[in-house]
Amino acid sequence: METIHADVIIVGAGGGGLRAAIAIAQSDPELEVALISKVYPMRSHTCAAEGGAAGVKGADDSLEMHFNDTVSGGDWLCDQDVVEYFVRQAPLELVQLEHWGCPWSRDDDGSVAVRPFGGMKKKRTWYAADKSGFHILHTLFQTSMQYETIKRFDEFFALELLHKDGTCRGVVAMEMRSGRFFSFQAPSVILATGGAGQVFPFTTNGAIKTGDGMAMAYRAGVPLKDMEFVQYHPTGLPGTGILLTEGCRGEGGILVNKNGYRYLQDYGMGPETPIGEPVLKTMELGPRDRLSQAFWHEQKKGNTVETPWGDCVLLDMRHLGEKKINDRLPLVRELATYYVGHDPVTDPVPVRPVVHFMMGGIDTNINGETPMPGLYAIGETSCSGLHGANRLGSNSLTELLVAGKRSAERAAEHARQAGRENGSAAVSSQAEDVVKGVRELLLQKGDESLAGVRREMRNSLEEGAGIYREEASTSATCDKLAELNERYAAIEVHDKSNVFNTDLQQALELRNLLDIAETIAECSLLRRESRGAHQRLDHTERDDEEFLKHSLAFHRDGNRPRVEWLDVTITRSKPGVRDYSGGKKG
Amino acid sequence: MELEVLRYDPEQDTEPHFQSYSVPCEDDWAILDALNHVKENIDTTLSYRWSCHMMVCGSCGMMVNGEPSLTCKTFIRDLPDHVRIEPLANLPIERDLVVVLDDPMEKMHRARPWIIRQDDPPPPDQEYTQSRAALYKFKQYTMCVNCMCCYAACPQYGLDQSFIGPAALALAHRYNLDSRDQGKSLRLDILADHDGVWDCSFVGACSEVCPKSVDPAAAIQQMKVDGAIEWWKQKLSGSKS
Repeated sequence: METIHADVIIVGAGGGGLRAAIAIAQSDPELEVALISKVYPMRSHTCAAEGGAAGVKGADDSLEMHFNDTVSGGDWLCDQDVVEYFVRQAPLELVQLEHWGCPWSRDDDGSVAVRPFGGMKKKRTWYAADKSGFHILHTLFQTSMQYETIKRFDEFFALELLHKDGTCRGVVAMEMRSGRFFSFQAPSVILATGGAGQVFPFTTNGAIKTGDGMAMAYRAGVPLKDMEFVQYHPTGLPGTGILLTEGCRGEGGILVNKNGYRYLQDYGMGPETPIGEPVLKTMELGPRDRLSQAFWHEQKKGNTVETPWGDCVLLDMRHLGEKKINDRLPLVRELATYYVGHDPVTDPVPVRPVVHFMMGGIDTNINGETPMPGLYAIGETSCSGLHGANRLGSNSLTELLVAGKRSAERAAEHARQAGRENGSAAVSSQAEDVVKGVRELLLQKGDESLAGVRREMRNSLEEGAGIYREEASTSATCDKLAELNERYAAIEVHDKSNVFNTDLQQALELRNLLDIAETIAECSLLRRESRGAHQRLDHTERDDEEFLKHSLAFHRDGNRPRVEWLDVTITRSKPGVRDYSGGKKG
Repeated sequence: MELEVLRYDPEQDTEPHFQSYSVPCEDDWAILDALNHVKENIDTTLSYRWSCHMMVCGSCGMMVNGEPSLTCKTFIRDLPDHVRIEPLANLPIERDLVVVLDDPMEKMHRARPWIIRQDDPPPPDQEYTQSRAALYKFKQYTMCVNCMCCYAACPQYGLDQSFIGPAALALAHRYNLDSRDQGKSLRLDILADHDGVWDCSFVGACSEVCPKSVDPAAAIQQMKVDGAIEWWKQKLSGSKS
């Protein structure tokens, strides 16, 4: 097996990984970065983010307000030191992107425009029409190309972490085009592999979002934090699960049930606001968890619209007019027209909640440091405590930038201090073991189908860890996942080729998904309260006494995960009531 | 629907061959959904790239009945009952529907697709001012998803792979047109070189197949004009000195 040495390894070349790579290249041209990605960087799922990136901009806004919106939006499970740092750095990072050429949408005076977003009290979401993530990703990728110290390994699929004496030393990866294995070794490793939406049956997440980084860290003994918090975005296209951005509602789109009634007013987000004049932080601009939960209730009441793709509500944007829709929401128009045959200019568009974002992830602190020295994690694959129990839309794109830069500084410093290590026998034999495991999987015989096990996993997780959870169904899901873990040993990879073997890749991804699924189910079972995106039908209230805590799931071979609890860092905002009545309530 | 899919495994096959699959398609499916159906239910050994299924990641470019297409945006309802799917033309086949992208990726790099400044940028807390008119001047050229359909369609690239190609030229043009950029003169080589902009024979095939309406052909034409002006400028200033 070939060994490649570097100073910093970054796994994942989406927004976070690229931002980190650029930060290292700019700050220290002596450091070599190995940027490993299972897809070409511009395919990374950052490209699918639509609405925008949050950072305080207007004179009427303040860091304090962004902080408060984020912490209450997260139902007080946010680590407040992390939020403070984040809101402070956010505007600087967004201006930095502007300097790098990001085609942000502009106001009349030529300054960058901002739009309203859910749960945000002020307009502070920077956007590039409805392709903000796409433009951020391409700007970062193109900017990164000028640095020769960033060595890219495109279409290298990372398999496992290498570690010695509890310290991270590298990662084993498979080159897709050759099937060859490489041992990448460096004193610092940053995981930036994104989310794991593919663990659910209906998701906005692309096929590549299989939680590889989370699963690698988990198996290496690093805990996954707050995995029970899964965000359902309220407006996905039925059938495909394609996202229609919150920007639709930010620009003034409304949600109605089959009677044409704006049902959100019945779920603590009223009173009704005038059509076409969106009011911040109420009605359609409430937070995502509340909106998705409201759908669930409407469905139970029989108020949803039946479509060929299942029950939906309607997102009505007709009153915005063709000009505004074309200017601000061109992708939304294209997607709705192509995939469900409804042009938002002339028709209300059927939508339903769809799995969108993992608030949970690899346990890190404010610096992106995990409990394993030398290992860092950023973006959706991490859980720094920024989003708490429910992420506000447009905080995550900014997170990529802020955390990417911060972790890069720390990883670079660590790399300089620790230095490279040449030829450790222990690390080499670990790498050989990983390869041996893959070879065994390739030769494994059995009668289980990969797609079958994956389908059962997804359906079971939706059943037991969906928008609403309760003891019996979640417990059944935990059992089911244990069963599927056993059945995994009987799946057969039919493709034996070394060249771009996606059958093998999917089998390895399924291993990752199963590991992640069990942490989501287990933590959903053990958190016996309702908070943010985690709602229990049998424990309907938030319980700060018992559960103002992060969950930490630890991997146990052949066993369900062990869960510990960790205190939340509170600096200045004591847990309070989330108010989305537009100030109409006391 | 009958899907006729090109298969090629360099470890097994001496040359590519076609394999047919009968797929029970739904009306609202894209070609990508049909391929996913094959992969999940009929033949797990089929390899192709895809991810977002929403027309932005650019992974799933293939030839559909001879046309370079983004398969998540190419719908069953618009196609006959028999569809032939091949890897993108003009690029080497890596495996099945997966092509080798080394060359277009290297060409993208040659476009120097980053902001180049002669003057200092504004301070870190201050943005450039850019009018909407200035933004719209280049915005269209930022929409490229690098699906490489234009490389598959380009007759010039088909003839001579040293030609830098439509997407890379559109990308260079995008930065040249950005009011924040001052690097146009440094990107002149891709205009002037033998494999640069003058190689384009302007049949416009790239723009016809572009799934994002980027219109690389227009970029190339504008660059030719720019190139001629720059050439005269340099010629004139050269004759003065």
